[in-house]
Amino acid sequence: MSEFDQLYREVILDHYKNPRGHGVMEDADADAEGMNPLCGDEVTIYVRFGEDSDTIDEVKFSGRGCAISQAATSMLTEMVQGKKASEVATLDKDELLDEIGIPLTPIRLKCAMLGLTTLKVALHKAKGTPLPQGLAGYDELELT
Amino acid sequence: MAVEARPKLDAHKLRTDFPIFDGEVNGKPLAYLDSAASAQKPRQVLDAIRDFYETSYANVHRGVYKLAEDATAGYEGARAKIASFLNAPSEREVIFTRSATEGINLVAYAWGLDNLGPGDVVVVTELEHHSNFVPWQYVAKRTGAEFRAIPFDDHGELTLESLDEIAAAGNVKVVANNLVSNSLGTINPSERLGAWAHEQGAIMVVDAAQAAPHRTVDVQALGADFVAISSHKMCGPTGVGALWGKRELLERMSPFNLGGEMIRSVKLDKTTWNELPYKFEAGTPAIAEAVGFGAAVDYLTEIGLEAIEAHEHELLAYALDKLGEIEGVTCYGPPPERRAGIVSFNVDGIHPHDVAQVLDWEGIAIRAGHHCTQPLMTRLGIAATSRASFYLYSVREEIDRLVAGVERVKKVLG
Repeated sequence: MSEFDQLYREVILDHYKNPRGHGVMEDADADAEGMNPLCGDEVTIYVRFGEDSDTIDEVKFSGRGCAISQAATSMLTEMVQGKKASEVATLDKDELLDEIGIPLTPIRLKCAMLGLTTLKVALHKAKGTPLPQGLAGYDELELT
Repeated sequence: MAVEARPKLDAHKLRTDFPIFDGEVNGKPLAYLDSAASAQKPRQVLDAIRDFYETSYANVHRGVYKLAEDATAGYEGARAKIASFLNAPSEREVIFTRSATEGINLVAYAWGLDNLGPGDVVVVTELEHHSNFVPWQYVAKRTGAEFRAIPFDDHGELTLESLDEIAAAGNVKVVANNLVSNSLGTINPSERLGAWAHEQGAIMVVDAAQAAPHRTVDVQALGADFVAISSHKMCGPTGVGALWGKRELLERMSPFNLGGEMIRSVKLDKTTWNELPYKFEAGTPAIAEAVGFGAAVDYLTEIGLEAIEAHEHELLAYALDKLGEIEGVTCYGPPPERRAGIVSFNVDGIHPHDVAQVLDWEGIAIRAGHHCTQPLMTRLGIAATSRASFYLYSVREEIDRLVAGVERVKKVLG
C-alpha cells in the first residue's frame, strides 16, 4: 500500500465525505471556535451535556478544512459521546491518533488535532476544565 | 530591417545549475512550483558561500589583518552589487537586514514610532503579505494613528477610487504596498501609489520581496522612499535581505537595533550613531550569506531580469490555460498581462492541503494555505488556496505534471 493510499484510507475518506456530527447546534451548552493558523482552517465545536450536565450527550461541528481535519473531527464526535467533560479534557491526543490510524507529518498533525483542541477549549469555557497544553497562557494582540 | 530579439532563457539548461533537481522526491523527479515561497539555489551561489568560508572568512569591518580585510571586501562588495541591482543612488542607502520582513519592521519601528500619532493615517492594501501589514497595524495602534487598507476588486487588483476617501480620514503619513502580490501575482501600481503618497506628504514603502526575483526593480524609477527585498527568493541564501531607503530619511531616523557596529562613540552618559548604512546594522551581520546574496544577484543579472520575466510570463499563460480547462478549478487573480508567475487556485470542494498532499506524492511541490495573506483570503471569501509559482528554472513539463496531478486529486477526493 502506498503512502498515498494509507493517508487517504477508506475510513478517512468515509468520514471526510460523510462527516458525522456535522452542522450547527443552536442551543449548545458549550462551544468554541478554533483555527489552524497554518492553513486558515476554521472549526466551531458545539457540545450538549446530558441530564447530569457533565456527560457529553452530543457533539457537533461546523466549519471548513482539509480531509484530515474534517475526518478527525468527525471521528472525535463519535469518540467522546457519553464521556465526562473532565475525561475529554485530559483525553490524550494519541487516543485520537490511534483512531485515525495513519502516519501524519507534523503539519498534518495540526490539522488532525484542530477539532480536539477546540473541543477542549469549549469544555474549558463551560466547565473550567484544563486547557490543552500549549494554549495555556495564550493571548492575542488586541488591536480593536 | 533588424528586429531586436526578445531576451530568452533556456530553462532546461539553467536547471543543471541547481543540484536539487538531481535528486528525486517520493521516487519522482522534483517539480518545484513553490518559488514564490523560496527559490532553489544554483551552484554558483553555493560555491561562492563555500569559497568565501574557505578562503576569506573573518568578522567584518574592524579587524586590521588581511583576512578581515578580505571578508569586509566580500561583504561590502555584495552591498555594491545589490545597490547596482536596485539602481540605488548610493551604496550607503542599502542596509543589510535578516529579511524583507525585518526591513519593513525597521521602517515601521524606527520611522513610524517617531513620526506617527493621532490624526495620522497609515495606509496598506488588502493584498499585502502579513509582513507589510501587521507591522503597520501594530505601529498605528501604538501611536494612535488610523489604519486603512486599500481594497481590491474581483480580479485581485487594487481599487484606487478609494484613495480620496482614505485621504479624508486624516493626514496620510505612510503608504505601504507590495509591488507583486505573493498570493495572486498581481503587479501593483506602486509607482502611482507612491506619487499619491508624496502628494499627501507621506512616505512610500514598497515590499519588493516578490518582485525583485522576477522583474527589474529600479528604486529611482519607482519613486519610493523605502524598498525591501529578500535574498532567499532570489536564489540566494536565507537569513539575509536588504532595505534600500532614501538617505535624507535614513539619516534623520532613530536607530532600530542597538549594539556593536552601529555606534560612533559610547560614553557612560551618551552614545552617538555610526554613519549610514552601519547605523542600522548592529551586531555581526550574516556575512557569508550577504556574499551569497551578491552572487545570486550576479547570477540573475547574467541571465537577465527581462528574460526571466518573459519566461515566467509564458509559463503563467500556459498554466492558466491548462488549469482553466479542468472542470471545477477556479483560478484567482488578474489576467496574465498584469501579473507575475503565480497561480492561486482551488479545486471545487477539495481543500488545498489535500491537493498539495496528493501532488507531493507525484513529486510536485506547491504551497497550500493562506500564504500569509489572511485579509486577502477573507476578502475572497475563502480560507486558503493552492498556489503554484514559477521561476527561471521552471519548465512546461512541470505544469503538465501539475495538471495531471490535479486530475488525480479530483479522482481520489472529489
